[in-house]
Amino acid sequence: MPDLMTLKEWSVRTARLMVGIPDYQTYVEHRRQKHPDEPIMTYEEFFVERQNARYAVGKGRFRGCC
Amino acid sequence: MSSLAIKGNGLQSKLLWAAVIALGAVSFGIVALSRGENVNAAWLVIAAVCIYFIAYRFYALFIAEKVLVVDPTRQTPAYQHNDGLDYVPTNRYVLFGHHFAAIAGAGPLVGPVLAAQMGYLPGTLWILAGVVFAGAVQDLTVLFLSTRRDGRSLGDMVRSEMGPVAGGIALIGVLLIMVILLAVLALVVVKALVGSPWGTFTVFCTIPIAMLMGVYARFIRIGRIAEMSVIGVVLLLASLIYGRTVAENPAIATWFDLRGETLALIIIGYGFVASVLPVWLLLAPRDYLSTFLKVGTMALLAVGIILVQPELKMPAVTKFIDGTGPVWSGSLFPFLFITIACGSVSGFHALIASGTTPKMVENESQLRFIGYGAMLTESFVAIMAMIGATVLEPGIYFAINSPSGVIGTTAAQAAQVISGWGFTVTPDMINQIAQDVGEKTLLSRTGGAPTLAVGMAHILSGMFGGRVLMGLWYHFAILFEALFILTTVDAGTRVARFMIQDMIGSVMPSFRKTESWGNNLVGSGLAVGAWGYFLYQGVIDPMGGINTLWPLFGISNQMLAGIALILCTVVLFKMKRERYAWVTIVPTLWLLVCTLTAGLQKIFSAEPAIGFVAHARVFGDAAAAGKILAPAKTMAEMHRVIVNDYVDATLSALFVTVVLAMIVYGVIAIRRGFGDPKITAIEIGLPVTIPGANLA
Repeated sequence: MPDLMTLKEWSVRTARLMVGIPDYQTYVEHRRQKHPDEPIMTYEEFFVERQNARYAVGKGRFRGCC
Repeated sequence: MSSLAIKGNGLQSKLLWAAVIALGAVSFGIVALSRGENVNAAWLVIAAVCIYFIAYRFYALFIAEKVLVVDPTRQTPAYQHNDGLDYVPTNRYVLFGHHFAAIAGAGPLVGPVLAAQMGYLPGTLWILAGVVFAGAVQDLTVLFLSTRRDGRSLGDMVRSEMGPVAGGIALIGVLLIMVILLAVLALVVVKALVGSPWGTFTVFCTIPIAMLMGVYARFIRIGRIAEMSVIGVVLLLASLIYGRTVAENPAIATWFDLRGETLALIIIGYGFVASVLPVWLLLAPRDYLSTFLKVGTMALLAVGIILVQPELKMPAVTKFIDGTGPVWSGSLFPFLFITIACGSVSGFHALIASGTTPKMVENESQLRFIGYGAMLTESFVAIMAMIGATVLEPGIYFAINSPSGVIGTTAAQAAQVISGWGFTVTPDMINQIAQDVGEKTLLSRTGGAPTLAVGMAHILSGMFGGRVLMGLWYHFAILFEALFILTTVDAGTRVARFMIQDMIGSVMPSFRKTESWGNNLVGSGLAVGAWGYFLYQGVIDPMGGINTLWPLFGISNQMLAGIALILCTVVLFKMKRERYAWVTIVPTLWLLVCTLTAGLQKIFSAEPAIGFVAHARVFGDAAAAGKILAPAKTMAEMHRVIVNDYVDATLSALFVTVVLAMIVYGVIAIRRGFGDPKITAIEIGLPVTIPGANLA
C-alpha cells in the first residue's frame, strides 16, 4: 500500500469525512501546488464552507437513511 | 477485507478459501436445519460472515473485472476535477467508512425486526441472498457508472442514458419514496416514545444539546468537531441518566408522557421549523452526533453479540409464513421481500452511490471494496437486528410488535391471545420486561425500535451491568435510533422541499428561487404536509400504522432499486457487455416481480387486511348501514378511514405505474443499445492515465 496510515490517522480522517469534512492538509497542498497565486482558505473558512456545502440541497445530495 | 482477496492460485490461498467455504456451509447448516432447540447466534454470525467473504472474493471480483471491466489505469473524477473540496482523491479505507456511514441508517434495523414474525430463517435467507445478488450488485454498479460520469446523480444518469421522460419519472419516484420514508421513520419514533417520559425527555434534550454544539463549532471554537462531539455525547449521556429521575417524578413526568397524536404533531412542527433553520444550528451538529453514535453503537452491538453469544429463542420458521401474522399482513411472497429492503437491497443507496463517494474514489480498482464491501457491512447490521429481535422470547416479541387491535390493551389479554398462537407467555413475563427497562408497558410498541432496544438491552446488559442497567441500555438504544431518524427527517424534508420547488418551478418559474424565504416556507410546508399526512394517519390507525405504512415504504424503496438496476442493465447493453447483463437482469426481474405483485395486492386483494380497496369497501358498507367499526368512533372518522384507504391505494397505483413506465423505457433503451453495433453509453472523461496517479 503506497499510503500506509496509522490507525489514529485513519480514525480521525474517517470520522471527519463521515460528517462531510475532508482532510484540510490535502486541500492546502492541492491549492499550493495547483493554484499557487490564489488565496487559500483558513481552516475555519474551510470548515464553514464544507458544512454549508454538505447540507446544500439541490445538488443531488442525499444521505443517511437505510 | 480486501487484504483477504488474495490473487493467484497458491495452494495456501486455495486451502484458506476451502476452509472458509466449509466453515460457512457447516454454520449455515446448523442455522438452517435446526428444529426444536435454540440455536446460538454465533452460528448465524459465522455463516453470514463466511458468505460475505466468499461473495466478495468471487462474485464481486467477477462483477468488477469481467462484467464492468474496471480500468485501474483510468483517471477518476477525483483526480480529474481535484479541488480539495468536493473532488478529492481519498484513501479507500477512509472512503469506505464515509460511504458506510452514508448508507447505514434506520432501514436495516427495522425491516429485519418486523420480518422476524416469520421466524429468523426466511428473513436471514433473504438478507444474505438479497445482498449478494441484488443489493451489493446495485451499489457497486451505480457507483461504477457514476464514477465514470464525474459523480453524476442517479436522476441525471437516467436522463442521459434513457431519455428525459424516464428521468422525470424516476424523479417522481424519488419524491414519493422520500415522502413515505419520512412518514414511516417519524412513525417509528412516535411509536417508541408514546407514554414514555424517559425516552421523550431524552430525545427532546437532543435539540438544545445540538444547538449548543452548533453555536460552539460555528462561533466559539470553529470547526473543532472532536471537542463539540465530546461535549455533545457527555450532555446526551447526562440527559439519558437524568431521564430516569424525570420518569420517576410524576410532577415532571406528565410533561413528557405524551399521546401518539401529540407526538406526531410535535414532530411535524419540528420538521417544519428544523428545515428552515440555518443548517449549522441544528441539522449539522445533530448529524455529527447521530453519525458517531450510529457507527459506535453498531460496533458495540457487534462486540456484544460476539462476546455474549446469545441464543435465538424464535423458531427458525413460524406458522405466520402463511400471511396471517400480526406484525404485518401478507404472505411470504411477495411481502417478506419488501419488508426487508435495506440490508438486502435498498434503492436509496443508488442515490448515495451517485452522490459524494464517486467524486472521491482514487482508483476504479477500489470500487469493489467501497461499493460492494460497504453494502455487505450494512447487510451485517441487518443480521444483527435480526439477532436482536430473535433473542427475545417469541411471546415477548409478539407482545411488543402486535397491534392493540389484535392483542388488546392489557398484559392478561395479550398473554392469552399470544399463548393461543403457540408462543407461551404469561402476563408476569410481559410486565417484568417492561419494568426491567423502566417503561410502564411495552405492549404494541410497534415499529421495530422498541423491540430492537429490548434486544440490545438484553445483549449489552449481558456484557455489562446486568439487569440494573437494562433500563439505561434500552433508552440508549431508543435515543440512538430517534437521533438519526430525526436527522433524516430534517435533511429529508429539505430534499423533498427542493424537489417540490423544482417541480412546481417548471410550471411557475418564480417558485424555483431557493433564496426566497416565502418560497422556502411554502416548500417546507408542502413537504412536511405530505409526509405529515401519512404520519398522522399511521398514528391513529388501530393496526398500529406500521402495518399499513411499512409495506408502502418497502414497495417504494424496492421500486427505486428496480429503477437503478434497470439503468444498470441499460448501460451494460449500451457498453456492449450484454453477455454479462444477467448479473443485473436477474435482480431487476426479481425486484420488479416483488414490487408489482405487492403493489397490486395492496390495491386489489380481496383480503381487507391486505387490500386497501377491500378495506375501504368494508368500512363503506358499514357506514352505509349506519354502523361504526373500530378504530373509528364517529361517522366522520369512518369516512376518514375510507379516504385514507383510497389515498394509500392511489399511492400504490402510482408506484406500480412508475415501475411499469420504467420497464417500458428500459426495454426501449436496451433494444436501441443492443441494435447499435457501437458502444453508445455516454461516459464522461477519457480513459487516460496521469503519471503519478495512485494505482493501489
